[in-house]
Amino acid sequence: MYTLKFDEQKCLRCPTHACLTKCRYMDMDKDSAGEEILRIARGEDSFVLHDCVTCYACEEYCPMNNHPFYLIVQRQEELNVPPLPRPLIRRGINMGVPFRGDPVIEELNGKALLMGAFSDHMFLIQGRLFEGLPVISSDPRKMFHYFCQLMYLHYSRISVINERLPKIINTISMHNVTEIICFHDECYGAYTSYCPAMGIDVPFKPIHLFEFLYNRLLELKDQIRDVNLRVAYQRPCSARLSPDKHHFVEDIFRLIGAEPVPRKYSGEDALCCGGAIEGQRREGSRKRALDIQRRNISDMADAGAEVCVFNCPACYHTMEHSVAQKGIKPVYMSDLCRLAIGERPARWR
Amino acid sequence: MNNLFQALMDIVGEDHISNRQEELFIYSWDLGTTEPHKPDFVVSPRTTKEIQKIMELANREKIPVVPLGGGLSLAGLAVPFKGGILVDLKRMDTIIEVNEQARYALLECGVSQGQLTSYLERNHPHLTHSEPGAPPTATIAGNAAIHGQGDLSQPYGFNSDMINGLEIVLPTGEVCCFGSCSIGAGWFTQHPLPDVGLFLGWTGTTGIITKISLRLFPCKKIRGTALFVVDDEDQVPEIYYKITHTQMCEDIVAFSQTIPPYAGGLHHFTVNLAADSEKELELKQEIIFDDALGKIIQQGYGGYLGFTPGLQHPQISKTSDWRKGGGFEYVGGIMPVSQYPECYRRGKEISERHNIPYTVLGRCIGAAHAMMFSWTYAFNRSDPETIHHAREAMRETDELALELGGTIWKPGIYGQKLVMDRMDPNTLELMKKIKQLLDPNGIMNPGNWEVKS
Ligand SMILES: Cc1cc2nc3c(=O)[nH]c(=O)nc-3n(C[C@H](O)[C@H](O)[C@H](O)COP(=O)(O)OP(=O)(O)OC[C@H]3O[C@@H](n4cnc5c(N)ncnc54)[C@H](O)[C@@H]3O)c2cc1C
Ligand code: SF4
Ligand code: SF4
Repeated sequence: MYTLKFDEQKCLRCPTHACLTKCRYMDMDKDSAGEEILRIARGEDSFVLHDCVTCYACEEYCPMNNHPFYLIVQRQEELNVPPLPRPLIRRGINMGVPFRGDPVIEELNGKALLMGAFSDHMFLIQGRLFEGLPVISSDPRKMFHYFCQLMYLHYSRISVINERLPKIINTISMHNVTEIICFHDECYGAYTSYCPAMGIDVPFKPIHLFEFLYNRLLELKDQIRDVNLRVAYQRPCSARLSPDKHHFVEDIFRLIGAEPVPRKYSGEDALCCGGAIEGQRREGSRKRALDIQRRNISDMADAGAEVCVFNCPACYHTMEHSVAQKGIKPVYMSDLCRLAIGERPARWR
Repeated sequence: MNNLFQALMDIVGEDHISNRQEELFIYSWDLGTTEPHKPDFVVSPRTTKEIQKIMELANREKIPVVPLGGGLSLAGLAVPFKGGILVDLKRMDTIIEVNEQARYALLECGVSQGQLTSYLERNHPHLTHSEPGAPPTATIAGNAAIHGQGDLSQPYGFNSDMINGLEIVLPTGEVCCFGSCSIGAGWFTQHPLPDVGLFLGWTGTTGIITKISLRLFPCKKIRGTALFVVDDEDQVPEIYYKITHTQMCEDIVAFSQTIPPYAGGLHHFTVNLAADSEKELELKQEIIFDDALGKIIQQGYGGYLGFTPGLQHPQISKTSDWRKGGGFEYVGGIMPVSQYPECYRRGKEISERHNIPYTVLGRCIGAAHAMMFSWTYAFNRSDPETIHHAREAMRETDELALELGGTIWKPGIYGQKLVMDRMDPNTLELMKKIKQLLDPNGIMNPGNWEVKS
């Protein structure tokens, strides 16, 4: 059994109750925010459990690293207040079940890149940036053996994460790796934020993809040519679990001559893709997701972005068409970096 | 036989006839579990005139004739059980006319679904047709000959309801036209003239369709699929009913299958929507998913999974991967929509009994007037045991479709017998008379729809 390390005392001492006052989906002053988070901590019901859209942001807002979001999800599960309808939860949970045989375990003895449940995105780790790097989870048929499970935070299913994640970690460890570059920052968040919060052991060092890309670009610095593009970054929900790595976005842009456009919705104020919201039970969820998307993309367009840079494939799939319709090119960060070193990514037109 | 070969060669030319064993082998079987049977000759005519001559010859010599389009109907419907001449119609592939104003296409019978789709995309992007989920080499005429359904069947019904007129070569060799074309008035309507129903749904046993006037429909700029899911089969009929009430969809299909695991026990709806603008698309989504289905979502029983641009066809053929050896066949029932839950439960039972991962699908026809419910069974082509199981499962399913108050769509010979056993005797007698009148020597696709005395 794993137990969430949530310390009520921190909330009592908290000067801001920023977790909930900053929430952009509920309107709360400091006092009511404090009352609600304590109510939730005591295991009582709160409107927050019903209205939370699971955007992950309060994990970042809390200045005490107290994991308010994990707490909310845990209570949603305990009190049976799922944000999603029952069939979507069942579908989601079954989606992560591996069913096409066991993975081939190759001992790597060092550093490797982990594709997690995105083995069908191998086209994004091509070229000189990734040369010589062994890859774990490169076979889409086996990818759910490497699925970090954190997606179930949207499904109010802490129990599923806690049951499956240690086994996933064990499978990864069987490759005998010391450092793991996480293709998806949700995996990174799982190993660096969620696992410590739950007391789950992680016997390897996770590295954020953007940190890796930045360092690789430094190694290839003499090959970099400015991309000269005005860019908007689509920050995914899971980036809220590793805010300390967010600076690499700007660092990379600087290094490759991409100009981030001045946006209303960036950094802490970023808007999510809406993909996890559109199917929620709360009345108006579909429209809410659409509205978020529209505001987000209009903001990019108004700020003059030519390119929308993605980290997360789920965001990409949710937004690519709407972004393109606004005349903005969708591109993954790794592809943008490839462009800077003179390579032509498959999807670049 | 040599004389016959020569006579047929005189009609179609030496490049378009064969009695070579390897070619007869190819024409002896279809994709499903039906036992193969070779024809004696395969011919591939190019004109109605040639077909007419073939029919005259065959009728005179009392030799079976089996018309073949794409050969994708399964159930053995174009397997030449009694040998004879297999008439492969794929060379009859001219798109004769597309009338933009009256929205129809006049086609030769070998025009395939994919050919018409790409022709319209290139030349008439505002028009589309009701393409079935079959591989694109399936023919328009073959589909009409079995009362197929496609991706416009929700608003417009069976694909065979979308026909303005036919040119037919009768088994006795005469060429007839049906619909407005029969009075030289163009090919724009079927009614109110004597009907073409003598040739649709008869699986080629009453004549060969040589030309077909097919209705076309507006093709909107955005076409795509919204997904909705429930975990209780008993809710499915009500959801069909609610969605069809909006009259806003092009196609509604509910499916459930063991593989992949996320689909097991759940019922996914693909709801195809079309719109000329984002505004129209959003209005449709709002009416369907917020107004019609909103309560179900809020109560937590049904979930909306978003809209993906790009048309999707039902992916039955994926089932062939469920087992090694890549075989599958399905029974289609034309069922009352209210029977979805029983169709699902009983079909799952049959699959489990035969150790086959279950795969079922219900495509809505018209305003929930009926559904085409398919029970698909995978088998390993090189394992007779699994073929036996699939065949048995299909027979049980044929019986199930009738037991549940439906009828079998494009039944094979086993299913045809079940249907005829239950048929009103007067209707059966009329069928027999029609058949005798049109095909006095019983040469057309013999074995199929044979009314025994
Ligand atoms: C993966 C898969 C998915 C499918 N999905 C669908 C679907 O969504 N909807 C659907 O309706 N069907 C579907 N089918 C069934 C079938 O493939 C189609 O209905 C197809 O359109 C049949 O056309 P065909 O040219 O292959 O017909 P064939 O198999 O060649 O012929 C069908 C019958 O009609 C007769 N025939 C053929 N041409 C003529 C003619 N010109 N005149 C008189 N008789 C003729 C044949 O003798 C035979 O009895 C599917 C099949 C597969 C394999
Ligand atoms: S969770 Fe964090 S931000 Fe919220 S009240 Fe507690 S300590 Fe403060
Ligand atoms: S996850 Fe997002 S919506 Fe939920 S409480 Fe935290 S900030 Fe608010």
